[in-house]
Amino acid sequence: MNKFSWYEAKSVEDAVKQVNNTVSEELYLPSGKAAIFKSGGIDVLDLVKEGLIQPKTIVNVRNIPGLNKISFDDNGLRIGANVTLAEIEGNEAVKTRYAALHEAVAHAATPQLRNMSTIAGNLAQRTRCWYFRSSDHPCFRKGGDKCFAKHSETGQNENHAILENDRCVSVYASSVATALLAYQGSVMITNGKMESRQVPLSEFFVAPDQDVSRENILEPNDLITEISVPAPDMNTKSYYSKQVQRASYDWSMADVAIVAQMNGDTCEKITITLGAAAPIPIRAYEAEKIVLNKKINEERATRAAKVAMENAKPLSKNSYKLPLFESIIKQGLLEIA
Amino acid sequence: MSNEITISVNGKSETHTVEGRELLVDFLRERLSLTGTHVGCDTSSCGACTIHMNGQAVKSCSILAAQADGAEVTTIEGLASNGALHPLQEGFNEEHGLQCGFCTPGIIMTAADFLQNNSNPTEHEIREALEGNFCRCTGYHNIVKSIQYAAKKMNA
Repeated sequence: MNKFSWYEAKSVEDAVKQVNNTVSEELYLPSGKAAIFKSGGIDVLDLVKEGLIQPKTIVNVRNIPGLNKISFDDNGLRIGANVTLAEIEGNEAVKTRYAALHEAVAHAATPQLRNMSTIAGNLAQRTRCWYFRSSDHPCFRKGGDKCFAKHSETGQNENHAILENDRCVSVYASSVATALLAYQGSVMITNGKMESRQVPLSEFFVAPDQDVSRENILEPNDLITEISVPAPDMNTKSYYSKQVQRASYDWSMADVAIVAQMNGDTCEKITITLGAAAPIPIRAYEAEKIVLNKKINEERATRAAKVAMENAKPLSKNSYKLPLFESIIKQGLLEIA
Repeated sequence: MSNEITISVNGKSETHTVEGRELLVDFLRERLSLTGTHVGCDTSSCGACTIHMNGQAVKSCSILAAQADGAEVTTIEGLASNGALHPLQEGFNEEHGLQCGFCTPGIIMTAADFLQNNSNPTEHEIREALEGNFCRCTGYHNIVKSIQYAAKKMNA
């Protein structure tokens, strides 16, 4: 690990000020002089250990007062940036009203990591693509000129994207993001000028064709302070499933979240989101249209699942993802019907 | 580049000056010679370095020492009290819960946190609780039995 200094931030303003000082400096190069925010710190430490980032200062935001509360009322759920995944998993309102979010959080990482990881850090972590994570592979995301995973013979791309994968084929690391996107959650961000803005998750992620060097809109001096999720309607049903290679502790091969408002067996509102399908969590809009304002039955569920995979372009080693996604989308739709 | 930190480790207050990049696991092993906490993967995957920080099981290879300033830390060395083994330590002995022993301290610390929150777990719950700990001897069967032994003893 490179040498860095440790700064214990006392407030959001204090933290932002520290990073503002170095905002023009490079973080992702060995000559990096930039400061970086850290909360649970798991992903930041992984990146530093591999030499992918070489921060000059780590600004600890974990102990800033007021960012560790979780509350639920008529307006919905508010999760402070420093609330841990274990705390979300244990929250009664999440258990009873946000079943898909609960399921996603409870299956993220491991008990020890859920005790440390915060919701903001989970959303902001970088992709787990092994070529991105290896300092020996200068891929598109690191300013290089190729995607190693995409190579038809040598690319180890089992876990990679099957949709929107023309350039970089990595997938977003956070499976909690898939569920939050389905609930149409949003992120509160304070920027370098201490201005706060609320960004819907649908505008938070950045696809490689927009900017391959990043995966979300966060600037180095943007600090997430809160995640909010609208209150679900009484008739809301939700579903989440994550498929992994081993029975435990593995990154997602395919995860699907569905949040629907049902009137009897008719679907009046629906979001279907896919994780580990594209470089960022995406909504399966065309699949949603198949079931919207209709009764969900076996035939429509099957069709919606097929439509969701219509534009898929599997890589050399991940065509298994198509039937996998199709079957979980179908199962999810039938479960909420 | 350095910070003075105070951590309570197994009930004893430790004040040291550390570099920003010093990992908590290195702090425990190198400065305090508490080598019961092992480093397996150093990437938060294997769980060998599991300790308790403020009562919760966490992976000490993915925490900076500076981050633990003010915290209460318990390591495997702090689990026995007054010379009597913790029921989990006894269980691993009785049920042959270890082969090479490398993963054992981390698994015991994970299980100790788990049993605090679930004193009468099912076998499935125990296996789920262990998902962040790898045993490369693959001796999981006896590990689960050892934890069941401890749960039974703690409930007696």
